[in-house]
Amino acid sequence: MATQVTNEAVEKVIFDGLVEIGAEGEVTREATLESLDVDSLDLVELSQIIEDEFAVELDADAVKDVKTVGDVIDLVVARGA
Amino acid sequence: MTAPAETGARRRAVITGVGAVTPLGVGAAPLIERWAAGECGIAHGVGACTEFDPGDHLSRKEARRQDRFTQFAVVAADEALAAAGWADELPYDPARVASVLGTGIGGLGSLEAQQDLLRAKGAKAVSPLAVPLLMGNAAAAAVAMRHGIHGQSFAVISACAAGAHAIGQAMRMIESGDADAVVTGGSEATLTSVATAAFASMGATSPSGISRPFDARRDGFVMGEGGGVLVLEEAEAAAARGAEVLGELRGYAATSDAFHLTAPEPSGRDAARAIGLALADAGLGAADVDYVNAHGTSTPLNDHSETEALKLALGEDARRLPVSSTKSSIGHLLGAAGAVEAIATVEALRREIAPPTVGWSERDPELDLDYVPGEARRLERRVTDSGPQPLIALSNSFGFGGHNAVLCISG
Repeated sequence: MATQVTNEAVEKVIFDGLVEIGAEGEVTREATLESLDVDSLDLVELSQIIEDEFAVELDADAVKDVKTVGDVIDLVVARGA
Repeated sequence: MTAPAETGARRRAVITGVGAVTPLGVGAAPLIERWAAGECGIAHGVGACTEFDPGDHLSRKEARRQDRFTQFAVVAADEALAAAGWADELPYDPARVASVLGTGIGGLGSLEAQQDLLRAKGAKAVSPLAVPLLMGNAAAAAVAMRHGIHGQSFAVISACAAGAHAIGQAMRMIESGDADAVVTGGSEATLTSVATAAFASMGATSPSGISRPFDARRDGFVMGEGGGVLVLEEAEAAAARGAEVLGELRGYAATSDAFHLTAPEPSGRDAARAIGLALADAGLGAADVDYVNAHGTSTPLNDHSETEALKLALGEDARRLPVSSTKSSIGHLLGAAGAVEAIATVEALRREIAPPTVGWSERDPELDLDYVPGEARRLERRVTDSGPQPLIALSNSFGFGGHNAVLCISG
């Protein structure tokens, strides 16, 4: 069963996921993916973690314009609503 | 500095740094010191690098993006480059530096893990890091990226001869003028379920779990893991920057048995040819050799055919020479073996010793050479009118597929 999509739940999974994949620096909503040294391979891994947890699919096209961690959280929340 | 001298003198490759991760510990020092003391890093039938913790050397992100075989190479390269005085920056034009690393298999542990994920959870669960983790060239690429090396970089894959082939290729690149320096060696991390089962299935590994090369009781090799990296530099360039020289790659040759998928050609004729050609490449003869670092796997077939090859290639000198196997102390590091053993060889020459074949005690009547039982043996430098001469060693590597690669090293 997928976890219920809430702002808090998504934020926690994404924060933990970014730490797990070795993001460089402090993970906050405002941090840009670039500042965390998150590249395209990391984004695919993060998408896999999100899909596993929330059954929300994020393809490459969906994440191509995201800039900050908050953008990713908002995108997942919007899609999972 | 980079062009061959007008006299036509050959460009020479000297060793200015070494680094190793082995079952004897992290570093080239524990490798030579513990082996020379007769210690063995094998436990429970495997030569695992139990003292290696990637977190001691790599960031979380770096460690996640490298298979264990790549981690071994990267950590060994860090040590080798620091020893060469390269830690802060490359002392050469980065376009004139190369990274050539051998492996038998590559990121097999990563491949197995992804296969498990595919079966359990389907194609979408397979990691985007799977390919860069498992590809055999990952270590050569990681070392090039980490140190800003912009010359050639690639992997050499030839089973248990890969490390020696890589070093030989690196030597040729310096000789030909393709590079002024090469970071080279090999690494392997295949203590995995599939590899363990596969080597056992073909009857290659030791049921007793004991690595005792050249001993009458030998019953197969013991799988090990690790990595070894050397920094090679063109001799005049190394001298110009005042580098400390640890040794020199004097000669190299490689041949093929073209005989069997896995078994060595029993007369050792093509292995012998590689030994003879490596000596000729160095401009030396059998009488000049002081020590042989054998491939010595502890399999019934290899140790027999290697003994035959040494006698064919070296004649009566084979009987005078100390012949020992590093694998008695660390097991068989497969694609890393030739590199780790070249490092052990140059460090042994620097210490003027032939380390022992650890645990050798029972003579096989057909294996009639001096395998250095017991303790390390002191080697005597020859003295000529120009003073004490460098010690000369051969390091043999033979791989499944009939690959023979031999390095001639001076210390």
